[in-house]
Amino acid sequence: MEFIDYYQILGIDNKATEEDIKKAYRKLARKFHPDLNPNDKQAHQKFQQINEANEVLSDPEKRKKYDLYGKDWQHAEQFEQQKQQRQSQHSGRQQFYGESEHDFSDFFESMFGGSARSRQTKFKGQDYNAELKLSLTEAMETHQQTLTVNGKNIRITIPAGIENGQVIKLKSYGAPGINGGPAGDLYITFSITGHPHFKRSGNDLYTTTSIDLYTAVLGGETTIDTLKGKVKLKVNPGTQNGTKIRLKGKGFPVYKKDGEFGDLYITYHVIVPTNLNDKQKELFFELSKLK
Amino acid sequence: MQNEEMISADEFCIHYNIEKSFLYSLKDSGLLEITMVEEKIFVPVHQLSQLEKLVRLYYEMDINLEGIETITYLLQRMNEMQQQIIHLRNQLSIYENE
Repeated sequence: MEFIDYYQILGIDNKATEEDIKKAYRKLARKFHPDLNPNDKQAHQKFQQINEANEVLSDPEKRKKYDLYGKDWQHAEQFEQQKQQRQSQHSGRQQFYGESEHDFSDFFESMFGGSARSRQTKFKGQDYNAELKLSLTEAMETHQQTLTVNGKNIRITIPAGIENGQVIKLKSYGAPGINGGPAGDLYITFSITGHPHFKRSGNDLYTTTSIDLYTAVLGGETTIDTLKGKVKLKVNPGTQNGTKIRLKGKGFPVYKKDGEFGDLYITYHVIVPTNLNDKQKELFFELSKLK
Repeated sequence: MQNEEMISADEFCIHYNIEKSFLYSLKDSGLLEITMVEEKIFVPVHQLSQLEKLVRLYYEMDINLEGIETITYLLQRMNEMQQQIIHLRNQLSIYENE
């Protein structure tokens, strides 16, 4: 456990007045407060440090103890005993920062114990973050899944069309609040794994299908697999390699819009025959003479 | 017709120890939607988390209303841009995996 320089965290020196501390704290809080830096873990951590520094330096009793024993925090216990003998009391400040995660460092806990939490200030519980992996096929159907977050089973409905990287917030599914404060929230980030045959871009799907040369030249029919079963397609005569066709409404469901779908784009890959037998070669030669 | 849950502004102000005039100022700035029912003011439940955030910005971070308006606008833009980044990243991954 390392010593934490709270003065350095707030960018002030150890002669700073209460007003200086307040000013420095507010300035940094405006920069790193979780409300102003959503989903930024670094800012959340920084804010915790600032909050902890303020917790100590803005409380005269704690500041005195910190100044006295800060670098020699192991002897703080002795100070604590003396303090208890004096039975001094101090009133808690009434500031609270609802969105913050009020975890204190080991250094703080060791020096001040749980005293910071004994104040009757209401704190919002810690927000939880979780990642949920879905396959592309799972993401295209509205379905329910049960997650286990911190030993608690949570059943959620995942709407069809959810996008890779999308975050949904489940209000009050985070850690319980402190001193009757509201519970934190649960943020679930969806990670949608790739599919071997389909690529997704927004609500559209892309796939490639192979057709033989004869079908490409003469036209015909081919059957393709979509994520919702097989579809028979008419291939126009003279279809070129790389021709792209669009099947309207056969793509991915649009998020939270029932009955709306993107499109499916199919690229034809024309397979040129290899290992021709003599008869086939002869026919191709004849054909080439006709052009 | 859909029913929406509402929270009494009086109750909210007592709970957070704030003045009701603050809610009026937020309404005037277009930052909060409030509903009047028989001369009583109510806040829709879906606005609650946003309102709590505005209270924190104003009372705890000492940011004035003009500042809150700017921050709200910028956060909204940031959110839109983040969504766009997610969308573009997903599009890019199509080409990267090819």
